[in-house]
This record gives sequence, structure tokens and C-alpha cells, in this order.
Amino acid sequence: MIEIKQLCKSYGELRVLNHISEGIERGEKVAVIGPSGSGKSTFLRCLNLLEKPDSGEIWFNGKEITATDIDTDSVRQHMGMVFQHFNLFPHLTIRQNITLAPVKLKKQSQSAADEQATQLLTRIGLIDKADTYPNMLSGGQKQRVAIVRALAMNPEVMLFDEPTSALDPEMIGEVLDLIRDVADSGMTMVIVTHEMKFAREVASRVLFMDEGEIKEQNDPANLFDAPKNKRLQDFLSKVL
Amino acid sequence: MRLFLAQSLWSDFQKSFIDKDRWLMYLDGLKMTLLLALVGTIVGIILGLLVALIKYSYSTRKKNKPWLSLLNWVANLYTTVIRGTPVVVQLLILFSLSFMPNGVVASFIGFGVNSGAYVAEVFRSGINSIDVGQMEAGRSLGLSSRATMRYIILPQAIKNILPALFNEFIALVKETSVAGYIAVNDLTKVADRIKGITFVNLPLYIVALMYLCIVYLLTLIQKRIEVRYSRSDRN
Ligand SMILES: Nc1ncnc2c1ncn2[C@@H]1O[C@H](COP(=O)(O)OP(=O)(O)O)[C@@H](O)[C@H]1O
Ligand SMILES: [Mg+2]
Repeated sequence: MIEIKQLCKSYGELRVLNHISEGIERGEKVAVIGPSGSGKSTFLRCLNLLEKPDSGEIWFNGKEITATDIDTDSVRQHMGMVFQHFNLFPHLTIRQNITLAPVKLKKQSQSAADEQATQLLTRIGLIDKADTYPNMLSGGQKQRVAIVRALAMNPEVMLFDEPTSALDPEMIGEVLDLIRDVADSGMTMVIVTHEMKFAREVASRVLFMDEGEIKEQNDPANLFDAPKNKRLQDFLSKVL
Repeated sequence: MRLFLAQSLWSDFQKSFIDKDRWLMYLDGLKMTLLLALVGTIVGIILGLLVALIKYSYSTRKKNKPWLSLLNWVANLYTTVIRGTPVVVQLLILFSLSFMPNGVVASFIGFGVNSGAYVAEVFRSGINSIDVGQMEAGRSLGLSSRATMRYIILPQAIKNILPALFNEFIALVKETSVAGYIAVNDLTKVADRIKGITFVNLPLYIVALMYLCIVYLLTLIQKRIEVRYSRSDRN
């Protein structure tokens, strides 16, 4: 579904992504792990063009989305993204947060979008918060709303950038539960995470990034239990 | 002695305010001053928003289209020239243009264009005060940058922008006192004319007091608005 070919990205002198080539199939759950600063976020943000690659190609559903004549807005409508810091819209109610994009982009009428928001909020047990503002929610609740806000666009793939890193420990579980739920529904996902246990359990494939390259990749059992790359061995010995 | 002072003050007041219904002239001057400030602020808001959006779009794109670069260049030239020259000179130049019908129209344009250069900065800093994550969240949902600006960024930025715009209006109430240079009968010009007719200085003090009262009143209103806004602040 997503093909990445020779992707390069630098900030000034710093090469953050170094000729990355990778393919992601429909239904896959790909976890991306690696030390801080290794380019994981940049990689993820290139996939939905929040960052513009310097060179290389990204193909999505058989279309080159790095081409100059591509409508990036319509590409992003098919790719949900969840951020470390939630980025809910503080001036809108929880329900409005969820319905804004589908309604403004004419994907749904306001009443259909409201109905969908009700379903989504019921699913995550926050329907009683529908008409309050984000500042009334805990971190875990905010992130769960951010996830269903992305789901409301019915994306084909969900990108998660360290969705639990900004959370208090006691709230991590509820967010991981929801992500697991989304995974089980068959969603294609790319998830940057430091939760190794979660990656092992949910991911169908794990990529280890270091110095802007994918140094090793494998199914979780083999990658975690029999790492070959020296840097991956070091990394795992530190985090496990 | 004290009686004499009081008598002469009363006689000055009669000459400069009551005789020949001169107080009506102050009223007209006041109306003109408020009109100039209001139109100046509104034109300033339109121009300022335009300039701020141009500069913002230019600064957030990595590769820019030529027309956007040109617009950005024009916007920069505009703010540099306007902020770098006195408003009186700007008015005199506008007034000297052959197609300018009268001083009032020249003042509408002049104060609007002048204020726009400052209001642009108000909008720019208001927009920049919003976390970049908000723009990224909007864009990642597939909203265009224009839609994200309209539905997500500006509604939040307006809380910082509104008080600053009110300040601009208050500043304009005072700044428009130079409109007399191009034959506009604003409050200051009225005072100067009455002073010329009556040969007493009191009109200047009268309008000073009028300015003071208006500015004080507007500041009170502004405080009210700010309180109401911070109370409904949901952040
Ligand atoms: N906008 C930016 N400007 C300059 N440097 C950046 C920018 N974004 C990221 N970087 C740098 O690129 C490197 C990789 O960043 P990132 O992709 O966020 O890594 P990770 O998510 O793996 O921690 C880091 O060294 C970071 O400092
Ligand atoms: Mg990161």
C-alpha cells in the first residue's frame, strides 16, 4: 500500500533520513523503534508529507504522492495521524474536534458526523464528555479523543508518533488498549513507540532505525529475541 | 483677584464654547475624529490581515511559488516604508495626488494604510502564538492550510489579537489629530480654528479634556472585554 524508495531528508548539514526504502502492505502493523534522534518522527512525517523529502519517492495506493502535482490535502484525508502531544483543538468541544474535518471537507453532513462522533465516543467511554472542552480531559482521555478524531476520517492507514510518551504512567494502558483495538479492526498502522512490550504484542513487523537508516527489521519475536545488528543489541539491552 | 480669574475664565469659556453655538463645532470635530479612527482601524484590519497571511504563507513553505515571493516582497516593502515614514508625510503625499477628491477620503486611506502596517504585526504575533501542533493536526486531517487557518488557528489567535486591535483604535483616536494638515475638520483642527477666531487658548484645553475622556472611556471598555474573554477562556 505504501512504497518508499530511496527517501532522503536533511536538516542543514544533518542527514536525518539516509536512502530509506521500505514497503508497507495493507493490514500490516509496523512498529518503528530506535534511539532518540534516529529519524523515526521524520520518517513518519514524510509518509503524510508533513515533512517534504529532499529526494526519493513515496507511493501510496499506486500513486506517487511525492510528485509535484499531487494534492497533498486529499492524500492526507486517507492517512490519520496521532501526535505525541495530542494536539486537540482547545477552542472546540470534544464532539466538534471529531466532526470538524469530515464536515468541512464535505465527507459527511453535520448530523451524520455528529452521529459518528457519538458512536466513537461511546466506544471509548467518553460520551459524557462530548460537549466539554479538551482542558477538562486527562492526558489519556485527550489522546484517545485524538485517535478517534483521526478515525472519523475513515483513513486507510494510521500513523502514530510516540502516542504514549507524553502520558503519566497510569494512563498509558488505556491508550494502548484503544490502539490495540484499532489494530484488531484490521487497520494498517505505522507506530513509533518506546513501548517494547506493546510492539512485540501488536506489531506484525518491527523496524529498527538508527542514524537515519533502517538497520534491521523482522517479525517481533525474531527481532527482540535474536537481534543481529550490534546497535540493535545495544539499544535493546538498554530499554528492555 | 480670584474673582477676576474666574470671570475671565468664564468669559473665555463663553467665547470658545457657548457663543454662536460653537459647542456644535466640537461635536462635529469629535464625530470626525471617531469616524477617522474607526475607518482607519477597519481598513487597517483588512490590510493587516492580508499582509500577515501573505507573510505567514511565505514563511511556512519550503519552496515558494514566484507569485507568493512577489507578494511577500510587496508586503515587506509596504510595512518598511509605512513604519519608516511619518504619518503626516504619508497624508500630505496622498492629499497631493490629483485624483484624491478631498482630505477626508485621503485620511480614510492614509490612516488605514498606516494602521495596516502595524496591525499586520498584531496578527503575525497572534498567529505565531499558537502552537505549530495545531496547524499540523489540522493539515494531517486533510484540511487545507486556508481551512486550518480559518477554523483552527485564527479562532484561537483572536483572543490575543482583539485587545491589541482595540489598542490600535485607541491610538488612532489620538493619531488622527494630525488630519488637520490636510484640511480635515477633526477635533484638533476645530479647536485650532476656534482659537484663531476667538483669540483665546481655552479651546485647546477643552479638546485635550475631550480626548482624555474618550481614551479613558475606551480603556475601561477594553478592560471589560478582556475580563469577559479571560473568563470564557477554555484553555
Ligand atoms: N525541524 C527540524 N529542524 C532541524 N532539525 C530537526 C528538525 N526536526 C528534527 N530535527 C533533527 O533531526 C533528527 C531526527 O529527529 P526525529 O526524526 O525527530 O528523531 P526521533 O523521532 O527518532 O527522535 C534529530 O537530531 C533532530 O534534532
Ligand atoms: Mg520523535
